[in-house]
Amino acid sequence: MFKVFRLMATTLLLAATAAQAQLTVEITGAGANRIPVAIANFAGDGLLPQALTGVVRADLERSGLFKLVDPGTTPVPENAAIDLNQWKDRGADALALASILPAPGGRYEVRMRLYDIARQNKPDGMIFLFGASTVRETGHRIADFIHEKLTGERGVYSTRIAYVVKTGKSFELKVDDADGQNPRTALRSSEPIISPAWSPDGTRLAYVSFQAKKPIIYVHSLATGAQTVVANFKGSNSAPAWSPDGKRLAVVLTKDGSSQIYTINPDGSGLSRIAGSSTIDTEPQFSPDGQYLYFTSDRGGSPQIYRVAAAGGTAERVTFEGSYNVSPRLSPDGKLLAYVSRNGGRFQVTVMDLASRQIQILTDSSRDESPSFAPNSRTILYASEVGGRGVLSAVSSDGRVKQKLSGQAGGDVREPAWGPFNQP
Amino acid sequence: MQTSASKIAIATLTLALLAGCSSSGPEQPAAPTESKTPVAPSGPSGTPVAPPAVSGKTMTPEEALMASLKDPNSPLSKRIIYFDYDSYAIKDSYASLISAHAKVLAANPKLKMLIQGNTDERGSREYNLALGQRRAEAVKRSLMLLGVQEAQIESVSLGEEKPRMEGSDEAAYAENRRSEMLYSGEF
Repeated sequence: MFKVFRLMATTLLLAATAAQAQLTVEITGAGANRIPVAIANFAGDGLLPQALTGVVRADLERSGLFKLVDPGTTPVPENAAIDLNQWKDRGADALALASILPAPGGRYEVRMRLYDIARQNKPDGMIFLFGASTVRETGHRIADFIHEKLTGERGVYSTRIAYVVKTGKSFELKVDDADGQNPRTALRSSEPIISPAWSPDGTRLAYVSFQAKKPIIYVHSLATGAQTVVANFKGSNSAPAWSPDGKRLAVVLTKDGSSQIYTINPDGSGLSRIAGSSTIDTEPQFSPDGQYLYFTSDRGGSPQIYRVAAAGGTAERVTFEGSYNVSPRLSPDGKLLAYVSRNGGRFQVTVMDLASRQIQILTDSSRDESPSFAPNSRTILYASEVGGRGVLSAVSSDGRVKQKLSGQAGGDVREPAWGPFNQP
Repeated sequence: MQTSASKIAIATLTLALLAGCSSSGPEQPAAPTESKTPVAPSGPSGTPVAPPAVSGKTMTPEEALMASLKDPNSPLSKRIIYFDYDSYAIKDSYASLISAHAKVLAANPKLKMLIQGNTDERGSREYNLALGQRRAEAVKRSLMLLGVQEAQIESVSLGEEKPRMEGSDEAAYAENRRSEMLYSGEF
C-alpha cells in the first residue's frame, strides 16, 4: 500500500472565535417592491448584553425584501396602545413591537406583536424564552417570524452557512450564521478543504480534505468535531452530496480510471456505482425528491450538465447553451437549477427554470463558483472574486437582490454551502 | 532462478547507468528524503547540508536511486509535465522524460510512484479536480505502455488547489497545468 495514510495533523476546533473574523455584508442591489416595515425599539432591550432590536432590523434589511421605516428612538412595549394610522402616515405597511422581561433562572422572555397595517389583519404575536448567550439566535428567529408573516415564505435568518477561508497557507472550514456575523471554526488544516456539504439534518458536514496529500472525503460531526473517513479509495475522492433522507452520499471516485459517480453510506460502507462512462462525470447532486442525480460531464466534448435516475439508467443532457456549464445545484423546492456558465471567458451564476427550460444569467461578475441555494430557494450564495480576493456573494433567484459578504483583510473566502432549515 | 537473476542484473545495470549520469558517483551523500514538494529541475537550492555518508559504508541501491532522482544532472530529476489549456494530451517533447522514469520503475518493481495532476484556477474546483485526474491518468497510462506495473502507480488529482505559481495571468496558468511525479519516500 502507498504511504498516503498519514497521521492527521489537523486541529479540530469548535470554540467560538473572536469577532474580527466576521464577514461584512454590503447590499449591492435590492428588490423593486420592498415592504416598508417599522421595528420600534424593543422595550427592555437594555437588559441584554447585546441589543435584540438591532439584530432583527439588520436581518430584515439585509434580505433586500424590506425597507426599514424610521420608528423614532422611544422604545414601545409590545402591549402598548397605538394608533396604526399614525404609523401608516410614516409609510409603514407593518409594525413590530416587543418587550423583553427577566425570566426565572437568569433567562429572558421576549414578547413580540406584529401589526400588518397594509392588510389590516389581526396582529400576530410570539413569545420566546432565551438565555444571554442566544440573543443573536433569538433575533434571527423573530426576523424569521416577521418575514414569514409578511411574505408568506419562510425566512432563513436563523439558518447557518459553511465556507472555507484561506489565510496564507492555512485553511479553515467555518460554520457561521446566515448573516456572516458569528463564525466558528469547525476544522483548521494546512492543506486545502473543498466542497463542504450539509447533511439534511444540519448535524454534519461532508467535505474533501487534502490533508493526506490527496483528496479524501470525510464526514464531520459539528457537535463533537469527530471526523470520519467516508471514501479513501485509490486515486481521488471528491464531490460529496447528501441524499435528501441523509442516508446516502453521492461521491466521485477515480479508482476505476476517470472520475465516476458512486453512492456510499456516510460511514463508508455500501459502495455502489451509479453512472458509467469513460469520460469525466462529477459534481453529482440529488434532486430534492431523490429521484435524479444531476451532474457535470464532458461526454459530449465540453462540460455540460446531465441528469440520470438515482437508481441508474440513461443520462439525459440538461444544458445546451455554451461550451462550459458546471456545478449544478437544485433549489430545495425543485423548481430551479443553478449552475455556473462560461460566457465569453466570464464564469457566472446562471439559473434554469426546470419547467420552461428558460435560463437567466444572474450576476455581472466573472469568477463565480460554487452556487448554493438558501433552504427557502429564494437566494443563491456563491463564491466570487473582487480585486483578486475570494469573497462570498448572494443573489436572489430572480437576480434582483445582490449582496456581498467579505471577510477580514488577507483571507480568501470560498466554497460556500447554505445549511438546511433544520437546526440540531 | 534465471528470471530473478536477470532481474537483479537489470536492476544493477540501471543503477550503474544512473550512477554514471551523476558527477560524483555512488559515494556522494544521500540527498535528504524529507521533501514535500519535488525538487525543481533548476537544481538544489538552499537545502540543509546533507549528513556526510557514514565512513566505510557505501550507499544501498535504494539510496543511490533516491540520490539520482534528486540529482539535477539526472533526467530523473525532471518530474513535471505541462499541459495546454483544457487538455490532458501529453506533448511529444516529454517522450524521453517519460521513458527515463518508465525504465526505473520497470526495473524496480518495488518502487512506487504517486502522480499528482493539477490545473489552473479557472472554473469549477470539482471539475478541475476531474481534469487534473485526467492529466495524472495520462502520465500513468504512458508509463504503463512502457512496461510499468499498474500496482506501482497511483494517480491522484490536486485540481487547482496546489498551484506552483500564484497569480491570475497566463504565465501562472501555464505553470500550474501540470502533472508531477513523486517516488516512494516523497509522499
